[in-house]
Amino acid sequence: MEHPKSEIKVPTMAEMAAEGKQPDILFWVGCAGSFDERAQKITRDICKILNHTGISFAVLGTEESCTGDPAKRAGNEFLFQMQAMANIQVLDAYQIKKIVTGCPHCFNTLKNEYPGLGGNYEVIHHSELIQQLIDDGKLKAEGGESFKGKRITYHDPCYLGRGNNVYEAPRKALEILDADLVEMKRCKSNGLCCGAGGGQMFKEPEKGKKEINVERMSDVLEAKATVVAAACPFCMTMLSDGVKLADKEQEIQVLDIAEITVRANGL
Amino acid sequence: MIPQILFIIVLAAAVYLFSKNVGKIRRNILLGKDTDRSDNPALRWKTMAKIALGQTKMVKRPLAAVLHFFIYAGFIIINLEVMEILLDGVIGTHRIFSKPLGGLYNLLIGGFEILAILVLLACVVFLARRNIARLKRFSGVEMTKWPRSDANYILITEILLMTAFLTMNAADHKLQLLNFGHYIKAGSFPISSFISPLLPDSATSLEFIERFCWWFHITGILFFLNYVPYSKHFHILLAFPNTYYSNLKPKGEFTNMASVTNEVKAMLDPSFVPENIGEPGRFGAKDVTDLTWKNLMEAYTCTECGRCTSVCPANQTGKLLSPRKIMMDTRDRITEVGNNLDKHGKDYQDSKTLLDDYISREELWACTTCNACTDACPVNINPLEIIIEMRQYIVMEESQAPASLNIMFGNVENNGAPWKYSNADRLNWKG
Repeated sequence: MEHPKSEIKVPTMAEMAAEGKQPDILFWVGCAGSFDERAQKITRDICKILNHTGISFAVLGTEESCTGDPAKRAGNEFLFQMQAMANIQVLDAYQIKKIVTGCPHCFNTLKNEYPGLGGNYEVIHHSELIQQLIDDGKLKAEGGESFKGKRITYHDPCYLGRGNNVYEAPRKALEILDADLVEMKRCKSNGLCCGAGGGQMFKEPEKGKKEINVERMSDVLEAKATVVAAACPFCMTMLSDGVKLADKEQEIQVLDIAEITVRANGL
Repeated sequence: MIPQILFIIVLAAAVYLFSKNVGKIRRNILLGKDTDRSDNPALRWKTMAKIALGQTKMVKRPLAAVLHFFIYAGFIIINLEVMEILLDGVIGTHRIFSKPLGGLYNLLIGGFEILAILVLLACVVFLARRNIARLKRFSGVEMTKWPRSDANYILITEILLMTAFLTMNAADHKLQLLNFGHYIKAGSFPISSFISPLLPDSATSLEFIERFCWWFHITGILFFLNYVPYSKHFHILLAFPNTYYSNLKPKGEFTNMASVTNEVKAMLDPSFVPENIGEPGRFGAKDVTDLTWKNLMEAYTCTECGRCTSVCPANQTGKLLSPRKIMMDTRDRITEVGNNLDKHGKDYQDSKTLLDDYISREELWACTTCNACTDACPVNINPLEIIIEMRQYIVMEESQAPASLNIMFGNVENNGAPWKYSNADRLNWKG
């Protein structure tokens, strides 16, 4: 279904600067969005939305580096601040004012933890961008795949929901679909973590009775959802694994808010 | 005259002991490192009014919220009656407020009685939830013998106090109807009038019951006052300052360590002169004195309700981590440090630390930093901050992070990503 990759236009900041241009917004792709195969597809979909709505944007490309989030949550404050200061130098050199991220962890770190180290930018998550575009009438749900008859639930990423009180923006992207929306038992501020935060993505879990994503899957199954909407590349990994472990790959799809938007609009 | 003197002695001793123990807790809290929570007083007052006074975070569990509200309202409002009792005791009067308050007095006493029975019923239900229904929230590795007994002692004491209060009123009411002695007609008794028929009719027996209950009730309160600083029940006091000093920033935002900022700046720019941020301590927390005073205040505020642990994803999936245990361990350790200070002076060091002797590394590494615990806490306690401070010690002072996390750190440092991918490939997703 995806269009040939060459169709998306993604200028880098370096290219823009060489032409003497300044984009309206920087798309901070993030490490998962850059390297994780599943997340790369979401990255391309976010670009499609940006292209479709005619937003002037650019990425840092090879000049982007980890925000330091996983290091900070795992207790390596030193490494976090080294990363942050280096990134702030790059962002400030390009006079970046506004950033959209494809990851709640990058979003939280850039938005909340960089200002104290001298990096001040307006930072939004891609679900907030999608909400703004819907509110402005620039983005609808037409011309693409119909979600009619699908039962969609939304999994709140911790660093978007509890971390930054962004609960409504991602739901807005689902509300415009002609679909059956259902909340899980644990949702919004009561949402259950996917199990990847705090550095868990990069280590084996401690001994326990079960995996956290398996626990989360019980909520998905109870809600009888056929689509689980995600808004975080780490949640995406954990939820997809959870669906696999529950042997429900035929029945349940895990899709990012951006992917759903792209599908609904046939981009 | 003798009862008055006796009363004044008991009261003075109780107040003295209580202030001494509260002073000790205050001293212990201030053994923590400094942190600035003086900004935005308007929002802080508002937060305290909403969360401590208004109990807005309790409503997530409606039954517990309603029952807790009865006890809370009863505690605050019945204190007006305790004021009268104290004055009567000191001056040697009986129902001193009845004359100046007139008709309002009847309304107040009637109101107190209704609250008293609600408190009593709520305590009975709470006891049943803990000991008969055995709610999962009240169990767990940290809920050893003492925390379980503590909860029961509190509830039983409150039941006894309310029973004494109502029986005292019942006897008083009966004596009023007999026009006996100084028992002037004052007050209305919507609840205790149900107890009256159970009491004897002889005036001397009634007077004995009334006096016994009066003394039992007020000395019980003074005893309870002195039990509170040793108990989880101390939340009735600390909930207020603890919510006033709440973290006002988004939950996702973790503090940037100023000591690290200085080092990083010095590394990036050799000419950088660090700002004076006080004496250099260790990075992160190994023991309770490495934590901030706010962390320690939170430890003394915790009433062990277990809402944090019941929503913790690690705990729910059978891992060792329990946010409630983090708070209880912190409180027990700072109390121990304080006791050592009193016994052995300020240079004494025992061989124990919060890390390893109280909180294991396995617990700390199981946290997903999801903030479910901080969101669930009805008085804005933050176990997550303590977990992160202890991780910082393990990583930055000991270099003892789990091997897989060290690999992640290495990748971030060398390739700017937590995985082993070359930074040159960062745009490969474009195709």
